[in-house]
Amino acid sequence: MAALNFRILAQGIVVGATAISIFSGCTKASDSNGGESPAAKTSGLTIGLVLDKGGKDDRSFNTAAVVGSSQAAKEFGLTIKDVESPDDTAFEPALRTFAERGLPLVIAIGFGQADALKKVAPQFPNTKFAIVDAVVEGPNVASLMFEEQEGSFLVGYLAGLATKTNAVGFVGGMEVALIRRFLMAYEAGAKAANPKVKVLNNFVGITASAWANPTRGKELALSQINQGADVIFHAAGASGMGVFDAAEEKKVYAIGVDSNQNAIKPGRVLTSMLKRVDTAVYAVIAEVVKGEFKPGLRSFGLKDKGIDYAVDSNNEAVIAPYKSKLEEVRAQIISGKIVAPDYYKSKK
Amino acid sequence: MEFVTAFIESILRLSIPLLFAAYGGLISERSGLANVALEGKLLISAFAGAAVAAATQNPWLGLAAGVGAGAAGGWLFGALALYSRADHIVIGTAFNMLVAGLIPTVTRSWFGVTGSTPQLERSARLPSDIGFFVLAIVIGGLLYWALRETRWGLRLKAAGDEPEALRVQGVSARGVRLWASVLAGAVVAFGGIDLSLCQGSGYIRDMAGGRGFIALAALIFGGWRPVQTGLACLLFAAADAAQMLLQGKSVFDWVIPNSIVQIVPYIATLMVLALRRAGPAASAPRAINRPLYK
Repeated sequence: MAALNFRILAQGIVVGATAISIFSGCTKASDSNGGESPAAKTSGLTIGLVLDKGGKDDRSFNTAAVVGSSQAAKEFGLTIKDVESPDDTAFEPALRTFAERGLPLVIAIGFGQADALKKVAPQFPNTKFAIVDAVVEGPNVASLMFEEQEGSFLVGYLAGLATKTNAVGFVGGMEVALIRRFLMAYEAGAKAANPKVKVLNNFVGITASAWANPTRGKELALSQINQGADVIFHAAGASGMGVFDAAEEKKVYAIGVDSNQNAIKPGRVLTSMLKRVDTAVYAVIAEVVKGEFKPGLRSFGLKDKGIDYAVDSNNEAVIAPYKSKLEEVRAQIISGKIVAPDYYKSKK
Repeated sequence: MEFVTAFIESILRLSIPLLFAAYGGLISERSGLANVALEGKLLISAFAGAAVAAATQNPWLGLAAGVGAGAAGGWLFGALALYSRADHIVIGTAFNMLVAGLIPTVTRSWFGVTGSTPQLERSARLPSDIGFFVLAIVIGGLLYWALRETRWGLRLKAAGDEPEALRVQGVSARGVRLWASVLAGAVVAFGGIDLSLCQGSGYIRDMAGGRGFIALAALIFGGWRPVQTGLACLLFAAADAAQMLLQGKSVFDWVIPNSIVQIVPYIATLMVLALRRAGPAASAPRAINRPLYK
C-alpha cells in the first residue's frame, strides 16, 4: 500500500514538475500596476512584454526593458504584463497569447524573437508590436535598433587610454552577430586610442546557456588577465558577473554593458556602455498611449543618447582622467568624423 | 612557465564542480541508483548556499545550508525512485525539472526577482578554491579506500551488483541505496557551493550549465571507479581550459573559428569514449536501475 502511494506521489511529482517549469518559465505573467492609488489617472491599457532568456533580473538588458516599461506604467497608469521565456520555442506562444488577449501593444525583447514575431505580427493586424535588436517588417511592427558599434568604439577607446599593459580584453556571451558587432568596434576603438594595444577576445559559448555561466565568464577573464589584459569589456549577460568578480580579485578594470553596472564593483568598473532599452521601450509605449504609433525602423545611437556611457559616483574618480578625451571622441562620432566599423555592414 | 601554471590553475578550478558531482554520482550509482539528477542537485545546493549566505552574510551558514539542501534533495530523489520502484532515469529527469522550476518560484517571493540571488560581497563568500579541490581529492581517496576496505563500501557495491545477496545477510538493499543517495547529495552539494559561493558571487539561474551531465559522462568514462573518474574529470576540465586558450588564435594566418574551437571538449569526449575498451571491471553496476522490493 505504501509502495503504491509512493508511486502515485512519484507520478504526481513528474506532472507537478512539468507544470511548475511551464508556469515558472513560459507563463509566469506578472502584473505590475503602475497606478497605485485608484484615484490616479488610469488609461486602463495593458501592455505585454516578452522578455529574453536572461530573465528580468539579469541586471542588464532585460532589466532595462522592465525599468522602461514600469516607468511608463507609472506615468500613464498602465498595467504591464511580462513573461520570461525559458527557451526559443516559448517566444511564439507568448507573443500569440498576448495578441489574442487583444492587448494594444506587445513588446518583444531580443533578436531571438524575430522569427516568432514575423509569424505572429501579420495575424494580428490590430495589435501593435515592437521588437528590440532586430528588424521585422510589417505595418504594425516597430523595430528598435541600437548603434552598438558607436558605444563599443567609445568604451574601446577608453580601454585603450586606460590600459597600462597595452592589452585589453573582451568577453562575449553567446557567439552571435550582435556580440561580434560589439567586439569589432571595441577593438577598433582601442586601437584608435593606442595603436600598440592587443585586444584579446573570448566567447562564453555557442548556445543560449552562454548568457548564464558566470563561472566560465570568470575563467575567461582570468585567462585574459593572465595574458596581460588590465581592462575587460563584457557583453555576456549574467555570465558577465564572473568578469566583475575576476576584475575585483585581480585588481584590473571591467567595463559593464547595457544597464549601468558601475555599482556592481564600485571603483573597479571603468564605466558601463549604456544601451537605453528603457528609453526605447518607454518611447514606444508613450506613442501607443498617445495614439501616435509609427511602424518601421528606428535607430538609437550616441546622438540621441540611446547609446551612452555611464558616469556616477561609483566611477567618477577612475574615469576622470579620460573624460575630456572621451567627450571629444563622442562628438567626433556624432559628427561623422569618426566612423565606428559596423559588423552588420561589413558582413553584407 | 607562468603560462603553464596559469593553465594548470585553470584546469584545477574547472574540475572542482565536476569532481564533486562525479563522486556524488559514483556513490549513488555504485549502490544501484542511476543518477541523472546531478545537475538538479548542483543547482539546488548552489542556490540554497547563496540564498542563505545572502540572507545572513555568513558563507559558512551558506555552506551548511547548501550541504543540507543537497542531502535533502538526495533523500527526496532516492525515496521517490526507490519506494515508487519507478525508473530512476524518469525520476531523475523529473527532479531536474522540479529544481529548475522551483528555484525561480522561490526567488520570486524571497528576493523579488526570478531565478537569482543578490550579488555577494567577498566577505560573504568562501575564500579558497584550493580548499575545495583538496577536499574533492580527499573524497576520491576515501572512496577508493572505502569501496575496498570497509563494510559500508562492500554493502554499497553489493546493493549495486547483487542486492539479493544483501537480503540473505538481512541487510536492506533499499536502505543502503537511500542513505547512499543522501550522502551523494551532500557530496554533490560542495560542487554547487563552489559555483555560487566560491568561484561565483551569487546564484544565477541555471548556472550549473550542464556540468552535472558532464560529470555523469566522466563517471561512465571512468568506469564507475574513483581514480579513473577523477582523472576523467581532470581530462574534461583540461579540454575546456584548452578551448578557452585556443579561442581567437590563428594557425598560419588563418583564425580558427570559435565554433570549431568550442567543440574541442566534445570531440575529445567522443574520441576518448570511442577508443576506450570496456573491460569487465569498467562496466556499470549490474543491478543499476533495477527496482527492489525490500
